[in-house]
Amino acid sequence: MSSHSAELPTSENPGDATVGDRISSIVLSRGTPLWWFAGFGLSFLLVMLLLASVGYLFARGIGIWGNNIPVGWGFAIVNFVWWVGIGHAGTLISAVLLLCRQHWRTSINRFAEAMTLFAVACAGLFPLIHLGRPHYFYFMIPYPATTGMWPQFRSPLMWDFFAIGTYALVSLLFWYVGLIPDLASMRDRSRKRFVQVVYGFFAMGWRGSARHWRRYEQAYLLLGGLATPLVVSVHSVVSLDFAVGIIPGWHTTVFPPYFVAGAVFSGFAMVLTLAIPLRSLFRLRDYVTDDHLDNMAKVMLTAGLIVAYGYVMEIFMAWYSGDEFEWAMILNRMFGEYRAWYAALWICNIFVPQLLWFRAVRRSPAVLFVLALVINVGMWLERFIIVIVSLHHDFLPSSWGSFTPTFWDWATFAGTIGLFLALLFLFVRLLPMISIFEMQEQLDREANHA
Amino acid sequence: MTNEPMAPREGNELVALARRLHGHRGRRYWRSLEELADSPQFHDYLQREFPGQAASLLGDVSRRRFLQLMAASLALAGLNGCRRQPAESIVPYVRQPEPLVPGEPRYYATAMPHDGAAMGLLVESHMARPTKVEGNPQHPASPATGASNSSGQGDSTAATGGGRVSEFGASNTFAQAAVLALYDPDRSQAIRRGRRISTWDAFLTDLQPRLQGRDGRGLRILTETVTSPTLAAQLQALTEKHPRAKWVPFDPVNHSHAREGARLAFGRPLQAIYDFRRADIVLSLDDDFLTSGSGALRHARQFTERRRVAAADVNRPEMNRLYAVETTPTPTGMKADHRLALDPTAVVQLAIAVAARLGMNVPEPSDSSAGALDGVPPSWLDALVDDLQNYRLSGGEGGALVVAGRWQPPIVHALAHAINEQLGSVGVTVRYTQAAEAQPVDQFAALAQLVEEMRDGDVEMLVMLGGNPVFNAPADLKFTEALEKVPCRVHLSSEYDETSNRCHWHLPRAHLFESWSDARAEDGTVSIIQPLIEPLYDGRGDHEAVASLLGEANKTSKEIVEAHWRNQHQGDEFNAWWRRTLHDGVMTESARPAENTELDFGAIREALDSWRSSHDGAGDDASMQIVFRPDPTIWDGRFANNGWLQELPKPLSKLTWDNAALLSPNTAERLGLENEQVVLVRHADAEVELPAWILPGQPDNVVTVHLGYGRTHAGRIATGAGSNVYPLRTSQSPWFAAGVEVRKTPKRRALACTQHHHLMEGRRLVVGGTLEQLRASPSHPEFMEVLHGEPEESFYPPHEYDGYKWGMAIDLSACVGCNGCVVACQAENNIPVVGKEEVARGREMHWIRVDQYFSGERDNPTAEFQPLPCMHCELAPCEPVCPVAATSHSSEGLNEMTYNRCVGTRYCANNCPYKVRRFNYLDYSSDIQQHPSLHLLQNPDVTVRSRGVMEKCTYCVQRISAARIAAEKQDRSIRDGEVVTACQAACPTRAIEFGDLNDPNSRVTRLKGEHNPLDYALLGELNTRPRTTYSAALRNPNPKL
Amino acid sequence: MPQIFHPSMNTLSRVSIFGAGFVLAAAVAVAYAIARSPYVTESGVVREQPVPFSHRHHAGEIGIDCRYCHTNVETSSSAGMPPTKTCMNCHAELWKDSPLLAPVRESFESDTPIAWTRVHDLPDFAYFNHSIHLHKGIGCATCHGRVDDMPLMWREATLQMQWCLDCHRNPRPHLRPRDKLFDMDWTPEDTPEFDAAKQMIDYHVRSNTDCSTCHR
Repeated sequence: MSSHSAELPTSENPGDATVGDRISSIVLSRGTPLWWFAGFGLSFLLVMLLLASVGYLFARGIGIWGNNIPVGWGFAIVNFVWWVGIGHAGTLISAVLLLCRQHWRTSINRFAEAMTLFAVACAGLFPLIHLGRPHYFYFMIPYPATTGMWPQFRSPLMWDFFAIGTYALVSLLFWYVGLIPDLASMRDRSRKRFVQVVYGFFAMGWRGSARHWRRYEQAYLLLGGLATPLVVSVHSVVSLDFAVGIIPGWHTTVFPPYFVAGAVFSGFAMVLTLAIPLRSLFRLRDYVTDDHLDNMAKVMLTAGLIVAYGYVMEIFMAWYSGDEFEWAMILNRMFGEYRAWYAALWICNIFVPQLLWFRAVRRSPAVLFVLALVINVGMWLERFIIVIVSLHHDFLPSSWGSFTPTFWDWATFAGTIGLFLALLFLFVRLLPMISIFEMQEQLDREANHA
Repeated sequence: MTNEPMAPREGNELVALARRLHGHRGRRYWRSLEELADSPQFHDYLQREFPGQAASLLGDVSRRRFLQLMAASLALAGLNGCRRQPAESIVPYVRQPEPLVPGEPRYYATAMPHDGAAMGLLVESHMARPTKVEGNPQHPASPATGASNSSGQGDSTAATGGGRVSEFGASNTFAQAAVLALYDPDRSQAIRRGRRISTWDAFLTDLQPRLQGRDGRGLRILTETVTSPTLAAQLQALTEKHPRAKWVPFDPVNHSHAREGARLAFGRPLQAIYDFRRADIVLSLDDDFLTSGSGALRHARQFTERRRVAAADVNRPEMNRLYAVETTPTPTGMKADHRLALDPTAVVQLAIAVAARLGMNVPEPSDSSAGALDGVPPSWLDALVDDLQNYRLSGGEGGALVVAGRWQPPIVHALAHAINEQLGSVGVTVRYTQAAEAQPVDQFAALAQLVEEMRDGDVEMLVMLGGNPVFNAPADLKFTEALEKVPCRVHLSSEYDETSNRCHWHLPRAHLFESWSDARAEDGTVSIIQPLIEPLYDGRGDHEAVASLLGEANKTSKEIVEAHWRNQHQGDEFNAWWRRTLHDGVMTESARPAENTELDFGAIREALDSWRSSHDGAGDDASMQIVFRPDPTIWDGRFANNGWLQELPKPLSKLTWDNAALLSPNTAERLGLENEQVVLVRHADAEVELPAWILPGQPDNVVTVHLGYGRTHAGRIATGAGSNVYPLRTSQSPWFAAGVEVRKTPKRRALACTQHHHLMEGRRLVVGGTLEQLRASPSHPEFMEVLHGEPEESFYPPHEYDGYKWGMAIDLSACVGCNGCVVACQAENNIPVVGKEEVARGREMHWIRVDQYFSGERDNPTAEFQPLPCMHCELAPCEPVCPVAATSHSSEGLNEMTYNRCVGTRYCANNCPYKVRRFNYLDYSSDIQQHPSLHLLQNPDVTVRSRGVMEKCTYCVQRISAARIAAEKQDRSIRDGEVVTACQAACPTRAIEFGDLNDPNSRVTRLKGEHNPLDYALLGELNTRPRTTYSAALRNPNPKL
Repeated sequence: MPQIFHPSMNTLSRVSIFGAGFVLAAAVAVAYAIARSPYVTESGVVREQPVPFSHRHHAGEIGIDCRYCHTNVETSSSAGMPPTKTCMNCHAELWKDSPLLAPVRESFESDTPIAWTRVHDLPDFAYFNHSIHLHKGIGCATCHGRVDDMPLMWREATLQMQWCLDCHRNPRPHLRPRDKLFDMDWTPEDTPEFDAAKQMIDYHVRSNTDCSTCHR
């Protein structure tokens, strides 16, 4: 802990410091804690690794990965789906919970949204770099080309293109609009001219007049309304990339809901993974309270149960349909080359989360943190099973093969994790990670109730 | 350019340049190349055509330039999308040769000597560069495919100079790959004296004193098996000019045993020519007559025609029946109706037993007084003998036939001849002629004697025309040692190989397509070998080499060959006859007549007794036996540097780039071995390490090894691939040996296999039944049930076809798994070679593959072969998923792949249930950039694919377009059989049929739907409605078994 | 609290926010225009040639038939470039000392080909066949323009895929009688009896936009 933290009024003795002071001081207080440099440095190295592997990828081609025929999609798509899934929590928390007047969201929505943005940024990277000829990605954009050609609008990848695009855009707006009043207060609190100018520029001349607030409330609610369907649409569309295919293990109607649930599952897991360390590092336990963790855990449990239902349904339908290929697919998952991965998947996503039934577990940050990590891994495994294990044994035994990830597969994956963390570190350092004004409202509201 | 798919430009420049290079020879050639190199045109030309290679062609001087070019091309690669086109040049002729029409291919008839006989070829030439090999339909060894029996059009227009050709002959993998060998950058390009580059003139001056007035004392000529009448005559003349000179033919894979067998039976080294057209019952004694050797194409055609149940007469189906005994699994055995895996000695026992059962005066095998042979069920023998005796299944004109594999000892061949005589097959299913080769001797004995002389120092000058004895002579002869004793060693060879490396003189040999010669087919028919291109390097043909020994160094091979035939030819005016012979690719009435034979049974008996005395009780010692075979794809090693053949999956094992020790599952269990585990094979005081490969159908306690791998002085492709097993092979037992030790080692060697799973998992992939079942209900055989359900609905509106509607039908009964289609496709469609590592990663690029599934019991399974091109589905799963519409449905039903539109999402490949799509994971065609000569190889009508694009079978759309344009220019529509796909053209058994499904009379239509009860769609239940459908595989097992 | 920004910021920010939209639109428009401009397509751009050959003089003024030099145009995919021999047929006699023709003579004597600069250069993955287009009734001028009026050769059409497709989607307006294929200044008015619709049927001309028509 850096010495500056002493200046921070801690949760133990709130003193008379306002919410605004405390949250903004994290950013504005001179100097930066050592652990921040350590963490940022590490993630920055990983970003360098990402650059290196992408550079090599562009120089040599997709061949540096483990992909082959039959396994045409490898880690790239696995990671893509995983990251998009993670992104979901942000939108859900900010939009859906906003509309549902779930006020406990206040203390987590800000960095949940930030996390969404960064996750989507990582996700968006993969569809691009996994192309055989990435420099022609623009063929997918519908524009009046000199070739007189238009994209194939029947293709799920096409739908994906728009789904992800919209999602990224709306999430960004939502996050930014939410930031404006806080940017203004940061501007006002900061003493340095330069800092004032920067925050001031982005605050867009926010003065907090009644008119501002009225417009603001409308806009924010509107965006919330816009964002809500995205929670469902984005991952439904992503799931269609698979459901539209005819490969056993892809061609399933349960995919859209099952993917959305999975997304929320992993999203909240990630929020917890971040919230728990942050709140202790910044001494924000009385803003991000154990109740918050409890609530998130409950959401996670629910989502987890839906996912479990999905898994069971998959197996049941394969058997019930009497389709030999479907059934062979299930048997291959259970007893085939990748059975260990499949077992791990069940442990991480179905068995371990059942601990969440216990209040004690839900309220002990440490356990919850570990649990969240396990679920993150589990959800990645799920995508691995769906993408790779379905492909490596499909219809003709003659063309069966297997997939072995190469160094570059892992490097690229680790790289995006680095990118994600690096962005996050910058965020907590430069912006109020908890919505100041919403917190204020929240406290007032509670005061009035009392 | 590098990132764009590119089609090779038409070769105007090349022709122009080539013409400058040609006409120069010897020293002057080199000088003129340097001159050229300095000329600005040449600089421009190189950099235009082969950016990146320019440097290395120009020599080390300009390595900087090379780097610049690489940098440039890399830079270009980046800013591709928004690039302005670089300026290109057109370089026309100065004086254009008359018949040549730029942009139109021409075909020339020639021939390829292989395995002691010629195969007839038609070679497609674009702007004077040969790009594709087809069979010559008029040649006896390459039965006509394609349009041959459709409305009799385009007969002899096929050969020389004809424009588009739709009548081809079958061709095998070696013939197809010959064109790659022509452009092989590793070919020897210079004469060498020791290690140093020298010249022909220097060679000739060195030669003279060695020949002067010593009437050939110590002069020995070692050739490959010679079938060229001209060369034979030259060598004859040589031995007359130098009486004490000797000529020895040797090929490591030869017909000596067969010839000796004939010598035993008839007193003459005759050759048996089989005629399967009338063979109803065939017994194969370890002979892979369907896919191995120069007669294979004809055999395969005749054999399958005899068992094809044409859709027409499905109501009274007739099939021949094949019994096969094998010492190692081959496609022939797998196609057999009854197959036994026996160890080598048991095969002889069986032959004797059969002879005895047929009432011939041979002593019953002693150890099997009860008639029971080890490994042969009595019922099997009974059924076989019974069938052989009353073969006449199809009334009257049929016959029985016993064939013996060349690996079998002479005695088995003799017995086979005797049995055929006994069954009255001679003149019906087999006839005897003079051997195709000029000198039908026991080549192992002949070589042994030569080595003897060499060791004794009687040989002062050894001239080797081709061949590679240092690598492939039997180990016990110690050829290399003896060679060191020869004071002057000369080797004419297309590559600087193991033998060249130990010679004083290495002379580059002109490629088949670069020089004149002639060759006899199995039946004696003569073909003239005419060049399609001036020698790319400083190569000469065998004729010129011999001529220089005859002191006629100034004669060109053209003069020599033409002169020879001018003398031979009598009758009508020579030039016309000569032109016709060249045009047709065959010499009329040159086939050899059948010889009258009388069997000397006494001799056979004596031989039998001596064999018995030497082999009694030899069979039952516990030690393992070894079987040597030429490699299915690189033969005796001569094709080892050919990427197409190296990457070709070997039948049954499906291995590429490597040889292995093939073991039966039982033996592997006994030795505790699994695939890829290295074993130590010890025999003839030599030992070789090989990875083990478990092959169902391999006889127990027999290890099979394939020759030709483990080259040490060959090109970049051959060197280091596989293990050399020649050290285990002796001249006494070149094909089999007992007392072999196979020891397990802890090492492993990774093998690149293209099909890991050989069971159908209960899925209806290869559908098949027996003749019995078909006879029971011809219109709805029970094994076809469940396959014809109601067609399901589609989400999208149906496609309409007002013009053509292309489709393909593949007859699984006919496919013998010879791989001809795979290489033909690779040659036609510029398919790259990816190398062992990439194959091991599952990234081979073949557009058509031959899937193979084992069935039956593990120790003696049967295999079905299933050629798998793109199915061109009516409701193709790949089409709707491509985000950029790079793969689309054409108005003629083709499932098109547009490379230049592809961004490489690979979604289409994932969604293809047949997994026929191939992806350029790396820059697989880079070697075309690096090697100008490979640039000449590319088919200009097919785009060369760049890194990151998807590709797949197109039904040879370039051929369809050519046919359509040709037809429309005559204001007519394409005739049935006018479009012949590359795979179809190569297929010896006409297993592949292609045509217009909108034409009710086309042959392909007649093979589909209601016309053919055996027709079915692979994975039809997915409702992809494939345009490529299959005819179920029929077998004709003996009901008594 | 002190002002951080000058009041003018208000206007400035509004302008820039709304202006952004227009700037973006403009950028798109410019890109669109450039992609179709002669700078990229090189249509109408005269190419440097080793010999300043004038089609106007040879094809126009003298009236030499296209096929005299481009001999394969009716039989083959490539129209064919004349060998030096063809030039020398006349220029062995005419202008045989002209310095402009020196490269031609040099080529003929030294037996080295002349390297002309390609004017109509399709991408390597696009396959075009002259003979079939002629056969269906597409004249030289339809794609190459009034070559007989080009002192030095340039490319008339953009050769962009869109341009090919325009005709492949609807060939009818581009057809002409087979006897007018090499007629440079033919217009439908010249032969009023000509019926394109009939020709479509007679010559089996149809809209043909299969990818494999040009890409193989």
